[in-house]
Amino acid sequence: MSGTRTVDVALSTSGLDAQGRPQRVPLAVDRAGNPVAVSAPEAMEPDLQGEHMLINIGPQHPATHGVLRLVLELDGETVVRCIPHIGYLHCGFEKIGEYRQYNQIIPWTDREDYLNSIGNNVAFALSAERLFGVDITPRCTVLRVIAAELSRIISHLVWLGTTCIDIGAFTPFLWAFQERENVYRLLENWVGARLTTSATRVGGMAADIPTGWVDQLRGFLSEFPRTIDEIDRMLTRNAIWVGRTVGLGVMSAEEAENYGLSGPMLRASGLAYDVRKDFPYLDYETYEFDVPVGTRGDVYDRFLVRMEELRQSVRILNQAVDRLPDGPVNIDDPRVILPPKSKAMNEMESMIHHFKQVMEGPRPPIGEAYVAVESPKGEKGYYMVSDGTAKPVRWRIRPPSFVNLSAIPKLVEGHLLSDVIAINASIDIVMGEIDR
Amino acid sequence: MTTGVDPLWEAPIRIVYPGSADPTAPAPATPTNVPHRGGPENPSAAAIRARFPDAVRRVDVVWGETTVVVPVNRVLEIVRWLHDEPLHLYTYLSDVTAVEFRDPEEPLTVVWHLRSLAYRRFLRLKAELPAGAPLEVDSVWSVFKGADWLERECYDMFGIRFRGHPDLRRILMWEQYLEGFPLRKDFPLRGRFSRAEQLRQALAANPEARYSMEELSIADAFEDLPPDMRTRLQGGEPTGE
Repeated sequence: MSGTRTVDVALSTSGLDAQGRPQRVPLAVDRAGNPVAVSAPEAMEPDLQGEHMLINIGPQHPATHGVLRLVLELDGETVVRCIPHIGYLHCGFEKIGEYRQYNQIIPWTDREDYLNSIGNNVAFALSAERLFGVDITPRCTVLRVIAAELSRIISHLVWLGTTCIDIGAFTPFLWAFQERENVYRLLENWVGARLTTSATRVGGMAADIPTGWVDQLRGFLSEFPRTIDEIDRMLTRNAIWVGRTVGLGVMSAEEAENYGLSGPMLRASGLAYDVRKDFPYLDYETYEFDVPVGTRGDVYDRFLVRMEELRQSVRILNQAVDRLPDGPVNIDDPRVILPPKSKAMNEMESMIHHFKQVMEGPRPPIGEAYVAVESPKGEKGYYMVSDGTAKPVRWRIRPPSFVNLSAIPKLVEGHLLSDVIAINASIDIVMGEIDR
Repeated sequence: MTTGVDPLWEAPIRIVYPGSADPTAPAPATPTNVPHRGGPENPSAAAIRARFPDAVRRVDVVWGETTVVVPVNRVLEIVRWLHDEPLHLYTYLSDVTAVEFRDPEEPLTVVWHLRSLAYRRFLRLKAELPAGAPLEVDSVWSVFKGADWLERECYDMFGIRFRGHPDLRRILMWEQYLEGFPLRKDFPLRGRFSRAEQLRQALAANPEARYSMEELSIADAFEDLPPDMRTRLQGGEPTGE
């Protein structure tokens, strides 16, 4: 039946059917182009123009990176509207924190953004130290920079690997996860845990680095840039990768700022806001590193910014390793730091002190503090309010991926359904942090 | 083979680091030896006091961070002024949250954390909700689109209603959640209902009820719903209280 097509005439001419929907009459066209009515079975396919489809992605879907649920209204394959649903992983971390002493909250920070757990430990310790009014030792400062940057490398590698899988490239995923394994091995040698590190304490670290660890780190830092270059060669000029990422999910700098985006999401749009540069902590102002900034604000730019951040993290780590000073890791302040185990077991005063510190917990003065750090996802802030007791009145996490994800309806509208996956991946969400 | 470079490959990453809009501002540095109270005040606090003399209840500097306490009904006006004023340019909203103290005498407080990226300033705005009055405050969504989910979360956790918010629904808890507002101090850590009641509700729940009204308005999904849910949605029954 060549030359046949279905024509929707109901919308302009005839009335509505019994259900109040526009009536559709299948039509054929003769050689002169005039419509000819045909019976319904002869129509080649029903014309769905004008009917929108509701499609549900998640919460159990590998491409949503966790328990995110997106309800999409589609016109054909084009997204007309996107309604995200979150909360499937809500555990009430902030509520639980109000019933815990400050050092007891640190294990909870591992579990929110679990790709950046040691970075969260550092961020929490920094804000608790602001609330207690203590300053950490120089060695601890450098160790925390090392921890935070290693954690950024882990997070960006996981982002890279999973995004490659989403877009259809498998090999870079293996390379990225191999390197991530090397970083986890370093962390395991340092704090004994890979994922749930709980590495910091208020006023210091749980453990100093073991002998020979710096050499292991140097070995990693000399090998790792080669992997970045390989992934770079594999993806950056790959026609499929470029075709799947360029021009998707574009956001201008003004919009991105107004939506509260942070981290690579904001910088890819062209605004150079990095907490490490603008509101420094841990002496970041003394390290030499650059803040990569994109120009178009699409998925491809976010990829480029994160690749460059990996290189800058290596640069920071090299400087940190070179300047690592000797000396104590924990501050010498009995208000917040436990006495050494050898003393607590042999001296009555130290034992009483140890007992009181563990059972009652250190007490900050009345006050409040908001300390933000540049996590791999963006500006991660901990806001704590103390009423003078050993437990915070309020412990608030400012989750960067939560705010970044809130822009997803704006980012995906007008794109194809398959591009929703790429755009969602480019936000770099961790549902543990979004739902808390 | 290649004739000229595709613009896509030409230095796609610009490494830019702009300075502060205020040339006299000192270079940012890691704060050390921060005093508990006192210390330099954020210059914007004095500007708010000059512009809105009757709206500044208190200015505190705690641990180096300036807090301006303002009346509940003036928040939107002040935030908009801070956002637009070229000498302040608080164009970045970090956070919207609330604090309830253990002491019942202390008022429930809504907190806004604002950043001026151009001048590298950080300002905390607070509004204390008067006791007995309805928990309501103006939404800053018209100034910052980023306030959308932050205000929804604040409503979800504390029950504070943001006037003018386009879509004030629960966000982390489900829409039919009946136990109240989890971060309030009168809410027990284990929840308000017994485990048996929580289980009973979970088993009785209709999974379709996870769809919200606006989604169901798309296409024909509404007609396919069970009749009890259709009446609930049509009646506009308030949820989550």
